[in-house]
Amino acid sequence: MTRYWQLFRDSAFLYRFKRDKVAIVSFAVLVILVMLSFCAPLIAPFDPYDPTQIDIMDSDIPPVWQAEGDPRFRLGTDAQGRDMLSTMLYGTRISIIIGLFAVLLQSLLGIALGLVAGYFGGRIDSFLMRLADIQLSFSTLMVAIVVLAVFQASFGTELYNELAIFMLIMVIGIAEWPQYARTVRASVLAEKKKEYVDAVRVIGLHPRRIMFRHILPNTLSPILVISTVQVANAIMSEAALSFLGLGMPVNKPSLGSLINSGFEYILSGSWWITTFPALLLVVLVLVINLLGDWMRDVLNPKLYKD
Amino acid sequence: MNADRPESPQVLLRVENLSKEFPLTSGLLEQLRFERGRLVRRQESVRAVNGVTLEVNRGDALCVVGESGCGKSTLARVVMGLIKPSRGSIYYEGKRIDDLPTEKLLTYRRKMQMIFQNPYASLNPRMTVKQTLEEPMRFHNPDISREELTHKIIEVMESVGVDPGWNQRFPHEFSGGQRQRISIARALMVDPEFIVADEPISALDVSIQAQVLNLLMEARKQRALTYLFITHDLSVVQHFGTRVAVMYLGALCESAKTEDLFGDPRHPYTQALLSAIPRLDQSRPTHIKLLGEVPTPINLPSGCYFHNRCQYATDRCRRETPNPILTGDSHWVACHAVEEGRIK
Repeated sequence: MTRYWQLFRDSAFLYRFKRDKVAIVSFAVLVILVMLSFCAPLIAPFDPYDPTQIDIMDSDIPPVWQAEGDPRFRLGTDAQGRDMLSTMLYGTRISIIIGLFAVLLQSLLGIALGLVAGYFGGRIDSFLMRLADIQLSFSTLMVAIVVLAVFQASFGTELYNELAIFMLIMVIGIAEWPQYARTVRASVLAEKKKEYVDAVRVIGLHPRRIMFRHILPNTLSPILVISTVQVANAIMSEAALSFLGLGMPVNKPSLGSLINSGFEYILSGSWWITTFPALLLVVLVLVINLLGDWMRDVLNPKLYKD
Repeated sequence: MNADRPESPQVLLRVENLSKEFPLTSGLLEQLRFERGRLVRRQESVRAVNGVTLEVNRGDALCVVGESGCGKSTLARVVMGLIKPSRGSIYYEGKRIDDLPTEKLLTYRRKMQMIFQNPYASLNPRMTVKQTLEEPMRFHNPDISREELTHKIIEVMESVGVDPGWNQRFPHEFSGGQRQRISIARALMVDPEFIVADEPISALDVSIQAQVLNLLMEARKQRALTYLFITHDLSVVQHFGTRVAVMYLGALCESAKTEDLFGDPRHPYTQALLSAIPRLDQSRPTHIKLLGEVPTPINLPSGCYFHNRCQYATDRCRRETPNPILTGDSHWVACHAVEEGRIK
């Protein structure tokens, strides 16, 4: 273990991270956001899920620096009287959870299918890749809207609200597997021609072991890169779906549903309900994408700049 | 044909009439062509190996030589079962092995191992030396104890001249020669009796080549190994091989004991090949110059594949593919001119 730690400490990866200000700042912001949102129950001034802490009389209070601001609610309250800061912290947590698990599901599906397609080739490959092409020809949002709308209509809003988080993870996870499958397949095609794969085939290892033990670890860098970008994409998809009213319910809002709920009031003067969650969403997605871009540059040996 | 036939015990591996073609046009649409107003289906393929028959005796170091692209490496891969042959059969100790299912092949996987050309690609970059070496051993002896395994790794690493203390390092921490030693160590881990080496030294520095070659020769003596050694380097053949087989365009021209072949080459191609070795003691070079280029293996010449570059070619050579004939003490030549006595 210490040997791996030593290797990491001496690696070009860490060396270049320490010399890239954008990467350091993005990473720091991301860590802060993740920490804050996952510590939400400890640090948030209110619990937005607890109806006893919500008073309808507190609704639509602007941020504290405005004339009618209330010192209890630093960033103001929404139309139901929930503290914006607390709701945003909880909402960020939901958004990040959905993003991470959706990407986990995508990667499991995509890596397995991509490995199989790339390693075995031939008909299996053609079949899986055509399937991926078909899947990609529907946009993720379209598939998600159809599935979620049908689910909501057939099982009722109440059940839907309970299962919303799982449904979102499933839908976003399944809709985006071709991204992984294609990337993994391309790397597998390059790796399986190398002689170390022939060497283990000569030993007689089972194809499954060759794929997962030998080829997969050598395709990790592109997987790592698309994973970061896909987390950002999944968070955005979730926000878009919530904005369209097909995402997280109002009583358990994610960043997207918060933006949506404030959108009705934006013209009546309550700009803060939409603006703060939107800014938070932009920052969150931006830092993840910046990190992903940086990682892609570092892990691609053809792009050594300095 | 399928029957395992009894074999003289010294023959370890026999390859019979082995051919391998790689299709160039795989899809149906690519195969359809218009010719003289008609739609015809035509399949094109690269004919890498064409009807090779070969025997490797126990204890031999058989060197297969030939120009690049003549199918040497394909032959090695087909023998190891990495590629399925298009036609022909492979016998190991008299048992046919090319059509065996994977599970039955495992016993032979222990006995046959391969060393690869490129030491920079033949080791998994994400595995330490120890992981690379213990994998074949663990796989073939699932209940080996940890001490035995460590012991074996130390023994093999010492025998290939790599410090066993380096077993926690990754391949990128080694030089090309050291990596090739580790590759050899991996092949030796399962105590094989037959090793196919596909140009194991051609990617190395000249100074390292001799070391690795000596290592392979030592291993042959100590472990009673049999080699099928693929190379294009004739000086290596002279130093290393007990027998030589010369390949041209996927077919065998001549095979003989090393000293017989170098002393008395019979096939016109072998003669030309050997005359190309630079020598210090000759004031006037006596190169046999071959005309033209090697034909493409997609459209092979009719008859003898060498006929359009051969100064002895006759009509028969253009029509008829020559069969190997025995012209001396296990000296096989596939040439009509030799058979008819037109050469020597």
